Amino acid sequence: METSGLGWWGVLIAVIGGAIRISTPFLFVSLGECLTEKSGRINLGLEGTLVMGAMAAYGVSYMTGNPWLGVLVAGLAGLCLGILHGAVCGLPRVNDIAVGIGLMMLGTGFAFFLGKPFVQPKAPTLPAFQLGLWSDSPQIQAALQINVLFPTGIALALAMHWAFRNTRFGLIVRVVGDSADAARAMGYPVNSVRTLTTALGGFLAGVGGSFLSLYYPGSWNEGLSSGQGLMAVALVIFARWRPLHCFLAALLFGGASALGPALQSVGISAGYYLFNAAPYVLTLIIMIATCSTRRTLAGAPGELSVVR
Amino acid sequence: MSSAKSDALPPAYDVDASATVNEIRRFAESLLIPVGALAAALLLFGAFMALIGKNPLEVFILIYKGGFGSSFSWQNTLQRAAPLILTALCVALPAQAGLVMIGGEGALVLGGLGAAVAGSALSGAPAAVALAAMALTAMLVGAVWIAGCGALRHYRGVNETISSLLMAYIAIALFNHLVEGPLRDPRSLNKPSTLPIPDTHMLGTIPGLDVHWGLAIGVLACLILQIWVRRTVQGFAVRIVGGNVRAARLAGLPVGVLILIACALGGAMAGLAGMVEVAAVHGSANASLMAGYGYTGILVAFIARHNPMAIVPVALLLGGINASGGMLQRRLDLPDATALVLQGMAFMMVLASESLYGRFKIFQPKGP
Repeated sequence: METSGLGWWGVLIAVIGGAIRISTPFLFVSLGECLTEKSGRINLGLEGTLVMGAMAAYGVSYMTGNPWLGVLVAGLAGLCLGILHGAVCGLPRVNDIAVGIGLMMLGTGFAFFLGKPFVQPKAPTLPAFQLGLWSDSPQIQAALQINVLFPTGIALALAMHWAFRNTRFGLIVRVVGDSADAARAMGYPVNSVRTLTTALGGFLAGVGGSFLSLYYPGSWNEGLSSGQGLMAVALVIFARWRPLHCFLAALLFGGASALGPALQSVGISAGYYLFNAAPYVLTLIIMIATCSTRRTLAGAPGELSVVR
Repeated sequence: MSSAKSDALPPAYDVDASATVNEIRRFAESLLIPVGALAAALLLFGAFMALIGKNPLEVFILIYKGGFGSSFSWQNTLQRAAPLILTALCVALPAQAGLVMIGGEGALVLGGLGAAVAGSALSGAPAAVALAAMALTAMLVGAVWIAGCGALRHYRGVNETISSLLMAYIAIALFNHLVEGPLRDPRSLNKPSTLPIPDTHMLGTIPGLDVHWGLAIGVLACLILQIWVRRTVQGFAVRIVGGNVRAARLAGLPVGVLILIACALGGAMAGLAGMVEVAAVHGSANASLMAGYGYTGILVAFIARHNPMAIVPVALLLGGINASGGMLQRRLDLPDATALVLQGMAFMMVLASESLYGRFKIFQPKGP
């Protein structure tokens, strides 16, 4: 057993490394969802967008040999799904939660359909930085292998944090999300703003999906995502619609997801499936702890149906 | 007070001959709009097929043949429709109380597991007793699972759509843990399964139809629940909760209890779907139970507009589409996700068609 020399430290290092590695798709999806929800609409279909992005990225990377092009196309695929969500939700009397469920089905359906030829072949994946070369321990080196998308995500979280407070666009999004009536009175097109934020959110979720297929786990198959997109949606509620908190929450979720494999690596495999359920349980516990029927959540966009 | 959707109704009109005509108009609207949406989805799907170089007509003919073309395909369709009817009820009943509950898959797998355990434990008992125990266990497990999501929603304000899907993932993990661990039959080598239920305790087929009794159970459940929703005081109270929680509270209705009842009934039906699959098809609980019936059931319920009796024909239609998947795979070399694409398109179209209600003059009731 490789990690046996480090014992429980090995588990901790593996969890931290896993937190960094696994958190990236959570981070991108939750930032995208944060943007969408800030405008007062919820997109539950980001699970489908994530899978679609993963497939598109892998397919394009395989066909062109350029993984970065794959990331871009994944984002564009997500953008298209986001526009679809925004357009359907813009119709009168259409429930955004139900559209999200439909999009989840449509996104995974298209991804599995179009991704069938890419299950076998090996596509070029994204490169990584080695930040752990100062240590001789292979565990630490493995844990500190960082993909460019991770710092990009952090930068994006910082940028969104700033933009929501200081830019015209950020303020418009917040007005639309807090009171559609006020936004209409000020002359802003509520539906267009929401469609735009849903589309941009879809773009980010698609990029998050590309990380799954092009970096970690680094291949395309139909079991690639199991609810990460959905958990990221719940994570935004936990992060109280603050981009920087989304980052911390994504790290937490990444760590929880890494717990099962890490424990397995030190020979604890008895409750393998149960440990793999840790992120779902954690999400549920966090939602139970943060939600309440008596008060509206601090920081919640006033127009958001999911917290009412 | 016979009409339910207070917002869909025009101002009061007299109960006379025109009321009947108006009822027909409303019925035609609620029938034709979803049918139109499905037709639009089929057109879109045909366009997609043409885009990837398949002949759409050929695809449609194969879907028809695979789902409804022969007695064999009808049998296949009906087998699939049975669990779909029951899982769709798991969406439709909470929807009466205004909840979007989509975790039927979780209640199905755990219900099936409970049924398998009960069935193998009672292998010595008479078949009728064992089957009743299996059904009750499955319904109880499913009811508790979904009512849990309802309780989280009502007492803690946790969004039930997210929580029920999370609970489905947790249920599947729990199922895998138990089936590959403590409850595993040591003789099941390649495919971990629970101890098999004896052949004598399996659900038989409906005489003359060659389809297991699960279908009859599903249709009967829809019938009973349709009456519950439309013709009982409790069902009416649940619909008030779904229409306007504040009004329900003001009227003194026990909102929490009603939500729990609707969720528990729905969960019980999804659990029963698991029991039917175990007792009529698989013979034990194993990974085959996770065939996605819980997820397709969501679509069935939405197309049926959460109307229990409408679920039966819609489940037949989607069961047929699923059943034709094998034929599409063999004849046209289409991936098995083809059905999923069509379902996704149908879902989006049906949701978009929600905005059409009340738009066509011909369907609008004419007041005196």
